[in-house]
Amino acid sequence: MDELLTGSVIAVNGPIVKAVGLKGIGMFDIAEVGPDRLIGEVIRLAGEITIIQVYEDNTGLKPGDEVISYGRPLSVLLGPGLIANIYDGIQRPLVGISEVCGSYIRKGIKLSPLDTAKRWDFKPLVSSGTEVKEGSIVGEVQESPLVLHRVLVPPGVSGRLTRIADAGAYTIEETIFVVDTASGAFKGKLAVYWPVRKPRPNKNRKKPFVPLITGQRVIDTFFPIARGGTAAIPGGFGTGKTMTQHALAKWCNADIIVYIGCGERGNEMTDVLTDFPKLIDERNGRPLIERTVMIANTSNMPVPAREVSIYTGVTIAEYYRDMGYSVAVMADSTSRWAEALRELSSRLGDMPAEEGFPPYLGTRLAEFYERAGLVETLSGADGDITIVGAVSPPGGDFSEPVTQHTSRFVRCFWALDKTLADARHYPSISWIDSYTEYLIDIEDWWKNLDAEWLATRNEVMNILLEDHRLEQVVKLVGSDALPPSEQYILFCAEMIKNAFLQQNSFDPQDKFCSPEKQIKLLKSLLTLYKKGLERVHAGVSVKDIAALTVVSEIVRLKSEIPNQDLAKIDEYVLRLEQGLSALKPPS
Amino acid sequence: MPAEIEYTNLSGISGPLIFVDGINGVGYGDIVEIRDASGVLRIGQTLEVDEQRAVVQVFEGTSGLSVQGTRVTFVGRALEIPVDREMLGRVFDGLGRPIDGAPQVITDKMMNVNGLPINPWSREYPRDFIQTGISAIDGMNTLIRGQKLPIFSGSGMPHNRIAAQIARQAKILSAGEEFTVIFAAMGVKFDVARFFIDSLEESGVLTHSAIFLSLADSPSIERLVTPRSALTLAEYLAFEENMHVLVILTDMTNYCEALRELSSSRGEIPSRKGYPGYLYSDLASVYERAGRLKGGKGSITQVPILTMPSDDISHPVPDLTGYITEGQIVLERDLFNKGIYPPIAGLPSLSRLMKDGIGEGRTRKDHGQVAAQLFASYAKVKRIRALAAIVGEEELSGLDKIYLKFGTAFEEVYLSQAYEENRSIEQTLDIGWRMLSLLPRDELYRIAREDIQRYYMPQKEEDK
Ligand SMILES: Nc1ncnc2c1ncn2[C@@H]1O[C@H](COP(=O)(O)OP(=O)(O)O)[C@@H](O)[C@H]1O
Ligand SMILES: [Mg+2]
Repeated sequence: MDELLTGSVIAVNGPIVKAVGLKGIGMFDIAEVGPDRLIGEVIRLAGEITIIQVYEDNTGLKPGDEVISYGRPLSVLLGPGLIANIYDGIQRPLVGISEVCGSYIRKGIKLSPLDTAKRWDFKPLVSSGTEVKEGSIVGEVQESPLVLHRVLVPPGVSGRLTRIADAGAYTIEETIFVVDTASGAFKGKLAVYWPVRKPRPNKNRKKPFVPLITGQRVIDTFFPIARGGTAAIPGGFGTGKTMTQHALAKWCNADIIVYIGCGERGNEMTDVLTDFPKLIDERNGRPLIERTVMIANTSNMPVPAREVSIYTGVTIAEYYRDMGYSVAVMADSTSRWAEALRELSSRLGDMPAEEGFPPYLGTRLAEFYERAGLVETLSGADGDITIVGAVSPPGGDFSEPVTQHTSRFVRCFWALDKTLADARHYPSISWIDSYTEYLIDIEDWWKNLDAEWLATRNEVMNILLEDHRLEQVVKLVGSDALPPSEQYILFCAEMIKNAFLQQNSFDPQDKFCSPEKQIKLLKSLLTLYKKGLERVHAGVSVKDIAALTVVSEIVRLKSEIPNQDLAKIDEYVLRLEQGLSALKPPS
Repeated sequence: MPAEIEYTNLSGISGPLIFVDGINGVGYGDIVEIRDASGVLRIGQTLEVDEQRAVVQVFEGTSGLSVQGTRVTFVGRALEIPVDREMLGRVFDGLGRPIDGAPQVITDKMMNVNGLPINPWSREYPRDFIQTGISAIDGMNTLIRGQKLPIFSGSGMPHNRIAAQIARQAKILSAGEEFTVIFAAMGVKFDVARFFIDSLEESGVLTHSAIFLSLADSPSIERLVTPRSALTLAEYLAFEENMHVLVILTDMTNYCEALRELSSSRGEIPSRKGYPGYLYSDLASVYERAGRLKGGKGSITQVPILTMPSDDISHPVPDLTGYITEGQIVLERDLFNKGIYPPIAGLPSLSRLMKDGIGEGRTRKDHGQVAAQLFASYAKVKRIRALAAIVGEEELSGLDKIYLKFGTAFEEVYLSQAYEENRSIEQTLDIGWRMLSLLPRDELYRIAREDIQRYYMPQKEEDK
């Protein structure tokens, strides 16, 4: 192991390099290419020829240039210091890179992903002599005010702990503990390497049952996702994929956020970087950046590194999951990852399947989403990873391969609707085309808040579905041709859209809506529907109901009543009931 | 570095590509000098190299080249152009060579036209409002310094006038700061270039502008370098000389067609409509060269123009552009046919950077909500118009009829303005309120009560 292999370049086609001579090199090993020692990964072995994809700009590379390898797989360095950090697709620290070479990313820069000089306050939790197994927690480090970093015995290591460091400050390179294993002494440090393409092991997978609360009404109430679940957000450009992912990264109640900007805009990552240190998590009064890890391989950065970026992100997520945390991964956009895959496979001359994508697109997507889940970790605690992937279908057409394959592997589908986005109805998540398979799994959690939650949700959903059906009729004959009770459904649906579904991410009150507030708002609308419908049947006109002052006030409750002040909503409901009862049919 | 070796004879020519065999030590992406039998020089770049062969794209095209008698030299570096303040007021070809008859710019500062990716950490999030004086833009699709905001147009529509109006009116506000325009033309006719040059001259910025032309009669492959040359100079001026640079690129559809041509002559597997699978990444390498840098004073604002084939916004060129740029100004054929200038579509247009560049202390507190309400109400107009087309206007409810009036006023008063008309943001917002005041108060559910209190001013019944 770690023996130096050398070879030489024979051909260069974009980021794909063919080399000969590297005897004994393995698949997915790192290769350093050319005089700049550009980082590459072995992606195929064909007889004498090693095919390497290079993760940096390789212009100027020539046949005859040297290639070296230590026979180690492409890996992520996991340890304290990941939080609040930002990396490129192959985990090079962007802050460090800017210190070395300014505003632009130059090639051939090698920096440790974690600060090797920083000393972390380590607290041992077991004493020497204890039997430890893979996943055992031997100590902890306060990584950020929000994250207590647990130091784990790595997978595959077990035996008697022969040494553990005293409480004190250590760097990630110092030996912190030693385990006497069957194959010799294992020296544990605060940081470990893990191959980026290999899922970290767990004891067993469990069925998710707790909702990930996002504070976004259309998601939590209508299309909820469980912690440990998977969701896709497909939508054409400008429909709100990124804003939705930003909103989730800001307000969802996971312990750790891994935000992967995969082939998207540079300024969107800058937005996260400028916003998150300032935004305060209401649950603990700390800046959101203190629970966030960022991967940025933007559209103008090398394409092959885009392909790895989602694995880098999800491996980091697994590492925190293994400490017993609830981790949410945002991948924006998985389509750019798929396109990177397509570009590389086409340079390799693979036979394409649909729209030029390689035949293994589906398998790769499945493998990625499979890394989500609620698991019993090796240490016996529960930990989970929720994956939310944006999908960017060409022309906004959901029948294309990436959307189609993704929909097979996710259990929650938040379909963004162009018409809603054009009308600036955000989030433009369609209540007709979206679905979730987690409703039943998480019902018990909501029942604790309100026994009738699911029934209320379904009743309101039915109003929306009925509205959708009636809209088709209205398009042909106009709404005046409908009987009053149906006109009333249209009116109530409009109210639900404006007072509940539509939610403004820039409004200080409305950006996050607590589950309790969601229930109250929903019930006030259901009261409007049920009580109002009785009055309509009694001959009261829809117009008169719509003209009630309290009705126009209900539309504003979402942004006028803070999450802490919900009793106020009851007052409006009372006034609504009184107002409705007072209405008389025209004589 | 080994001495440059000259190779005579090609082993093949295909479209804009030439193949050179028997080479040695040639780098990927290296610049190639090609001389035809009469000694005329062309520039190319290697796309693929192996131990025997190099595939070279020739920027000036291959017409007139023959397999025999062509001499090829591999220069051993990437394509560079000179950059200097002296380039302002000058006209260049796509590769940055002067074509205005004046001498070569003398400078030792050369920069690689491909640039380098900006580190996302080093970017400064753009938030400075640029007043363009055009209500449809300032009020509803605000342009921000450092933004990339394309115009999606169709043939015959006034995209050039709009871009020229932006260039002229945006300049006025940055009085005191160094403002420059860089204009790059790819595959457009000479009159288009002439129009821009004249309008830059009229507004007095021509001496402060640089122009890169690769017109319809130049080889298509040169269009692939033109925007990169322009942006290389822009980066130098913005980030080393602290200027505010507005880059206008027209027409990106022609650029993409050149890329498609190149890809097909390489025999690559096409993706949608014959465009290569890497069109997205390629466009990103152009569009992402906009923005601001931490600690820097300058900025690059990009206004790329593209024509949508058959006005189809889902065509790969507008589609992939929209996925990369920070919004889009979409021109609408219907408005254009109604004689409305600028025919900026109410709904599909979007500025993604608007949210952080407007509001209290930047424009005005009510700006965001007024814009959201205008969008929402205009969306309703569109629905009602569709309905009216079926059931007839007489059958509409009273409220629906009010919406139709609002819709007409919105198009004729708010959107519509003269080419010379330069509205302040206050004027734009006030006109917006005049439009919204045509609607009943309860319809303004996107706007905070206190702003309604302050700005809502319904006219008396008889004036309506
Ligand atoms: N929840 C929201 N609240 C307010 N505005 C939104 C919301 N979602 C999207 N938008 C608006 O839509 C624009 C585009 O959204 P974005 O998420 O960037 O789209 P996508 O990633 O799908 O291209 C944003 O810049 C913003 O103006
Ligand atoms: Mg996005």
